[in-house]
Amino acid sequence: MSPRAKTRLEPAKTNPDLIRNFCIIAHIDHGKSTLADRMLQLTGVVDDRSMRAQYLDRMDIERERGITIKSQAVRMPWEVDGQTYALNMIDTPGHVDFTYEVSRSLAACEGAVLLVDAAQGIEAQTLANLYLAMENDLEIIPVLNKIDLPAAQPEKYAEELANLIGGNPEDCLRVSGKTGVGVDVLLDKIVATIPNPVGDPNAPARAMIFDSVYDSYRGVVTYVRMIDGSLAPRERIQMMSTKAVHELLEIGVSSPEPEPTKGLGVGEVGYLITGVKDVRQSKVGDTVTNAQKPATDALKGYKDPLPMVYSGIYPIDGSDYPNLREALDKLKLSDAALAYEPETSVALGFGFRCGFLGLLHLEIVTERLEREFGLDLIATAPSVVYEVTMDDGKEITVTNPSEFPTGKVKTVLEPIVKATILAPKDYVGVIMELCQGRRGVMIDMQYLGEDRVQLRYTLPLAEIVFDFFDQLKSKTQGYASLDYEEAGLAQGDLVKVDLLLQGEQVDAFSAIVHKDKAYAYGVMITGKLRELIPRQQFEVPIQAAIGSRIIARESIRAMRKDVLAKCYGGDISRKRKLLEKQKEGKKRMKMVGRVEVPQEAFIAALSTDGEKKGEKKGK
Amino acid sequence: MAALPSGDTAPLDGALPASVLDGADTRTLHAYLHIPFCRVRCGYCDFNTYTSSELRGVTHESFLEDLSREIDLSRKVSAAADLPKRELRSVFFGGGTPTQLEAQQLGAVLNKLTNGYPLASGAEVTTEANPDNVDLDYFETLAAAGFTRVSVGMQSAVPSVLAVLDRTHNPQNVALAVKAAKQAGLQTSVDLIYGTPGESIDQWRESLEAAIELDVDHISAYSLIVEPGTKLAQQIKNGKVAQPDEDEQADKYEIADQLLGQAGFAWYEVSNWSKSLATRSAHNLAYWRSNDWWGFGPGAHSHIGGVRWWNVKHPATYAEKLNSGNSPALARETLSGDTRLTERILLELRIAEGLDIETVKSLNPSAAKVISQAIADELVEPVAAIKGRLVLTLRGRLLADSLVRDLIG
Repeated sequence: MSPRAKTRLEPAKTNPDLIRNFCIIAHIDHGKSTLADRMLQLTGVVDDRSMRAQYLDRMDIERERGITIKSQAVRMPWEVDGQTYALNMIDTPGHVDFTYEVSRSLAACEGAVLLVDAAQGIEAQTLANLYLAMENDLEIIPVLNKIDLPAAQPEKYAEELANLIGGNPEDCLRVSGKTGVGVDVLLDKIVATIPNPVGDPNAPARAMIFDSVYDSYRGVVTYVRMIDGSLAPRERIQMMSTKAVHELLEIGVSSPEPEPTKGLGVGEVGYLITGVKDVRQSKVGDTVTNAQKPATDALKGYKDPLPMVYSGIYPIDGSDYPNLREALDKLKLSDAALAYEPETSVALGFGFRCGFLGLLHLEIVTERLEREFGLDLIATAPSVVYEVTMDDGKEITVTNPSEFPTGKVKTVLEPIVKATILAPKDYVGVIMELCQGRRGVMIDMQYLGEDRVQLRYTLPLAEIVFDFFDQLKSKTQGYASLDYEEAGLAQGDLVKVDLLLQGEQVDAFSAIVHKDKAYAYGVMITGKLRELIPRQQFEVPIQAAIGSRIIARESIRAMRKDVLAKCYGGDISRKRKLLEKQKEGKKRMKMVGRVEVPQEAFIAALSTDGEKKGEKKGK
Repeated sequence: MAALPSGDTAPLDGALPASVLDGADTRTLHAYLHIPFCRVRCGYCDFNTYTSSELRGVTHESFLEDLSREIDLSRKVSAAADLPKRELRSVFFGGGTPTQLEAQQLGAVLNKLTNGYPLASGAEVTTEANPDNVDLDYFETLAAAGFTRVSVGMQSAVPSVLAVLDRTHNPQNVALAVKAAKQAGLQTSVDLIYGTPGESIDQWRESLEAAIELDVDHISAYSLIVEPGTKLAQQIKNGKVAQPDEDEQADKYEIADQLLGQAGFAWYEVSNWSKSLATRSAHNLAYWRSNDWWGFGPGAHSHIGGVRWWNVKHPATYAEKLNSGNSPALARETLSGDTRLTERILLELRIAEGLDIETVKSLNPSAAKVISQAIADELVEPVAAIKGRLVLTLRGRLLADSLVRDLIG
């Protein structure tokens, strides 16, 4: 075992030859955070006493779900043959929603550890990130984790990895993040095989932002990788996309607690603090340069995050609306991809139309709003962005189904994704059935190993935002994994289905669906509301309609009796208290025309059974 | 059995606040006496009543002494509060089964009560009666003691329905009891229950026709309410009997109103019909008009000038309280102005003379919109509403609670 380094290389003065920048590509649950913890311990940057599980995952949600949302970078010393090296481990988000952030993290590295669970094999998301890493010409170190598990099959999966990336199965390292076995060998191999960073120390400073985190005490902490030149404290820096100039209040490295340094030089990874309070002023992918001596060309690859999925988010208690606004404003500081604007719904009152990168992003945001800000929320069914062209040539972008135009529609374009599904071969049939039912078109199918198959489909994004992932998991006993990437827009035969309660449209239930599925949606939603809405003093028709054409109809029969027979022995108090309780309940009712609907009915109707958006930590 | 409401602590001596004097002259005085004895407990019943094995040593005789102490205490409390001396307009013996007591015993209680609270002339004095307990002699004794009215627990004329209710009386005894009561010169009323699990529409019709056939002065018809904690609720939960259907209950109410109307009975409260103005139950109306009444006996509720209180439930606890010289009240509440208005709306809306619209407006300034909608929905009589009173239509009687919720805003 290599000894812990006796000395550390001083940041800002480190020879790029002695720097290794790497990331870990892994599927959720394949043990990335645990492996990172062992590295922190082994290199001595975190002592055993202050070690806590999954040190790098700072948010509660991250730790609980075992997923990384925000990446970070840690500098670790490691000694090989008497020479101390500086290893920068850049933690990447593991989910498809954050592909862009992943790609920026990868761009900050020269190598990647491909970490695969020795009991499960590679998963779809890992494949996607591996692909990205290879596109970035990263040196890949294949590693099988969890070899301590009784179910581990390192030979089988080493073969699978060798097939994928070339090389011999024997080159695949075997480690256990849990016990620490093989971690030292891995660190040695990182030093030996990952190329050192190369840059021009004398050129104008160029640093790429690969992460930007809001900290309530310090403002925005920006994580950068120096490409050329250097940055020093108190310098004035410039963001190349916005030309905004800030003073560098603090510059340093994380190991893993922030340590201020005299600067950062070529190839180094560290953080910047400028006192900026909003992550939008420090965007992932942007290039930081020196304001006095600016670089002429920004680094390639910067783009603004575009929301892919929209959902209306409403407080269950209407009086929480100002709190929701405040919470979103705060969350925006740390989440550059979150977009929102006020929206009013007949059924749900005042809320916000929010845009997300994907389903997991949506779920994380709603969960953070509920947990960190103590709000009770209801989210409408997620919707994608439609580009509608009218007969008169007018073009409309629709992010909320209730805004779908009513006039003569010429074409509707909807976002399409390329989905990759990995699963044991026994499930190919059910997966194909599921994808075809969701308007999927198969691209290809190939065997990864003896019994594992990769299926690729193009699918409308709208078809997978609802409950596709849950269906996929349940139909494959949890074995299938899914990844998807945007694949442009395609024309769809789409219609808007509205829900009418006693003739009044209930906006929260409008949906844009394929023509062939409109009837089924109408029957489903009217049937559901019939069960959920209590009887009123009058009959209430519930209709689903496309334009003025009714496609499904249910009705709630009028309530005929609502009177207590007597007041027992003059117990008026009991009756009055019952009335007062009912009155309280009435306050929580939403009025649609004259129909009183308990908010719970809308909530129950909006949450389909098992509809849990995005990927959860699966067991 | 039904839980008592929660309230404030009642003072040990039962003393009333000065606020009860406000408008005391305008309120009539009534008395309710709760006789907590039953031979058996019926499956649907959650009233405050006990069979002999549940009484923890309380006997009929000891109970009558306790009741007598509470009457004395109430006199003291009334005097201490400076309440004006008012004659009793009605007395009602309910239960339980008051006729588990001897007629002389009931007469003695009435005598004790009227010694402290004189009866107004023409006052109504009623007892509930189990048809199995009574005969001509019994009623004659009551009449001699000052009783004027008897309410017979008929419930149904159909043996299978009575069986589901656990009623053990012989249906034929109802007719005998009513006949005897009339012979003794008492006004007569029968109670019916509709919507018992398994009761068909025709069976309900049969019960109504039987009740009409008795030629009583007054009929009450209550829909069966399955109270939590009763044997019936348990049987429904276990699937042994079917849950009463609310729509069918509504049908049965409409049938009752139709048949009773044809037989010359007019409704004067949601669940009560009377042959004439004179035979309406004055005691029942006192509740709906928020008048004052003392409720004596375990679990009894009282209302004096905006103060409502209720006694401890068990006869043994009731006895202990009174024996140590304390009020048997468990808790009470002093109603605020708005609460009294709310109560008036929910109570007065139920009676045939209806509710003054000004009362509603003083609580809910935007009542006009609700009332106009209620007229459109045929819940209230339009002409009466235009003249300033809310009087329920047949449809409105069935939906009275919904309308009350709308009215109080």
